[in-house]
Amino acid sequence: MTPAVEIRDLTITFGQGRARVKAVDSASFRAAPGEAFGIIGESGSGKSTILRAITGLNDDYTGDVLIDGQQAQKPRTKAFFKTVQMVFQDPYGSLHPRRMIRATLAEPLEIHRFDRKDDRIAQVLNDVGLAPEFAYRYPHQLSGGQRQRVAVARALLLEPRILLLDEPTSALDVSVQAGVLNLLDRLRRDRGLTYVMVSHDLRVIAHMCSRVAVMTQGRIVEELSADALRDQRAETEYTQQLIRASRGTAHA
Amino acid sequence: MTDLPGSPPQSTLRGWLEAPGATSPGQARAQAAWRSWQRLVANKAALAGLIVLLALIFLAVFGPALTPYDPMAQNLSERLLPPSGAHPFGTDDLGRDIMTRILYGARITLMMAALVAVIAGPIGLIVGATAGYLGGWTDIVAMRVVDIFLSFPSLILALAFVAALGPGIENAVIAIALSAWPPIARLARAEALTVRKSDYIAAARIQGASRFRLILRHVMPVCLPSVVIRITLNMAGIILTAAGLGFLGLGAQPPSPEWGAMLASGRQFMLTSWWLAAIPGAAIMVVSLAFNLLGDGLRDVLDPRDD
Repeated sequence: MTPAVEIRDLTITFGQGRARVKAVDSASFRAAPGEAFGIIGESGSGKSTILRAITGLNDDYTGDVLIDGQQAQKPRTKAFFKTVQMVFQDPYGSLHPRRMIRATLAEPLEIHRFDRKDDRIAQVLNDVGLAPEFAYRYPHQLSGGQRQRVAVARALLLEPRILLLDEPTSALDVSVQAGVLNLLDRLRRDRGLTYVMVSHDLRVIAHMCSRVAVMTQGRIVEELSADALRDQRAETEYTQQLIRASRGTAHA
Repeated sequence: MTDLPGSPPQSTLRGWLEAPGATSPGQARAQAAWRSWQRLVANKAALAGLIVLLALIFLAVFGPALTPYDPMAQNLSERLLPPSGAHPFGTDDLGRDIMTRILYGARITLMMAALVAVIAGPIGLIVGATAGYLGGWTDIVAMRVVDIFLSFPSLILALAFVAALGPGIENAVIAIALSAWPPIARLARAEALTVRKSDYIAAARIQGASRFRLILRHVMPVCLPSVVIRITLNMAGIILTAAGLGFLGLGAQPPSPEWGAMLASGRQFMLTSWWLAAIPGAAIMVVSLAFNLLGDGLRDVLDPRDD
């Protein structure tokens, strides 16, 4: 089966001369349609950089980004964004502070010339568990969890098949994390979405994903199933360390 | 998550404005405006500035109905009369009522200030937001042009433009606008730089938004508050420059009742008839002060960071 998302030998470098850093070093993975694929690693390991390269926010990379087996064009086309959408880590930064939620949600519909805008906005707010009145709020009137639900709603409006999730719950209180994760899980099952999810939290990844790539210092060092991760059957030393560190914080 | 906080009765206008959750776009906008208004009212100095300016606009609009005199009609039998009941601000060297001339002059002053704001504001905003967001060569070229404009004192620059274009109110407006936009562009660029890497711009980009849409709908609204504040604070300078050009004989021409020109012609009678220069001078000061106070208060009202 053609993978929904595939990256091959993706390499991204920042800076020039002596300050040159390889943020991502020939990373490759495949995510099958309907699968939730996780990327885990500590901060600075290059996992978010991969997502930004896939979306084309940073198209200064070498290697291949394939969506449904097709090479993604540089720069990305509007059609690409109808297939691939992304939810950002910080819901306090990803919603325009001066625009009403309704304006934020109407924007993708305007750009792609969708009809029945108000119906679609009301429907998508309902899908993410928010009352229709939230369309008439400003971001500062919403809690973090509510904001992240709006960000998810925005990503869903174009009816994409692939959703990139950049630590979607790490900026939220523990008490609302579960709600957002369950929402994302339900949306994936209901709509047959493919997820590529980045996190530094092993438990979040183990809960959400079926397969996981482990990243450190820009390289993918191991790829394993979530079951293997839960059972602590990791092959590389780094992954075992990561598991131990995670258990340490769980007991703390 | 779906439940809204319990809404109190919304029967009154105030209740409607302060209801915790808006139920229509109009109500949401009205509520946002209402909160801004309350922040403005809480700042007494800003409110005073606003009241002075509103009074001035009222006087400028209805001035002709409030005075029996003609601002241009000379009456040499009544020249240089001190302030009295018939002439509250006295008369000038040609027997014209100074209060009447101040009222008509308010029109000219406000018109010039408004025109400069309408020309310089959008130019500065567009140039600054575009340069800051796009970066690269666009930014370098735009900012070097701004640097060149900023390397001259604005009055000198305005003088040079007027000298080239010829004296008159229209040319004074153009000259002042040409010297007023660069600081605004630089300010807008600074704001644009702070948001160009933000997640909400990135989020809009992956909705497929064009550069034009990003700058117009996402970057400019962020730059707008500081630009509005800056222009309001600059109004004082703009009015002073306009009066300065009038004073030097390069702005409004006699017998036009422009305040700077009145001040200039009153100068020679300063020792014998103080009101000729003092009244227009005081008018310039009051309006400049009002704009400064309002601009300061707008900082509290429009600053998005407290949201």
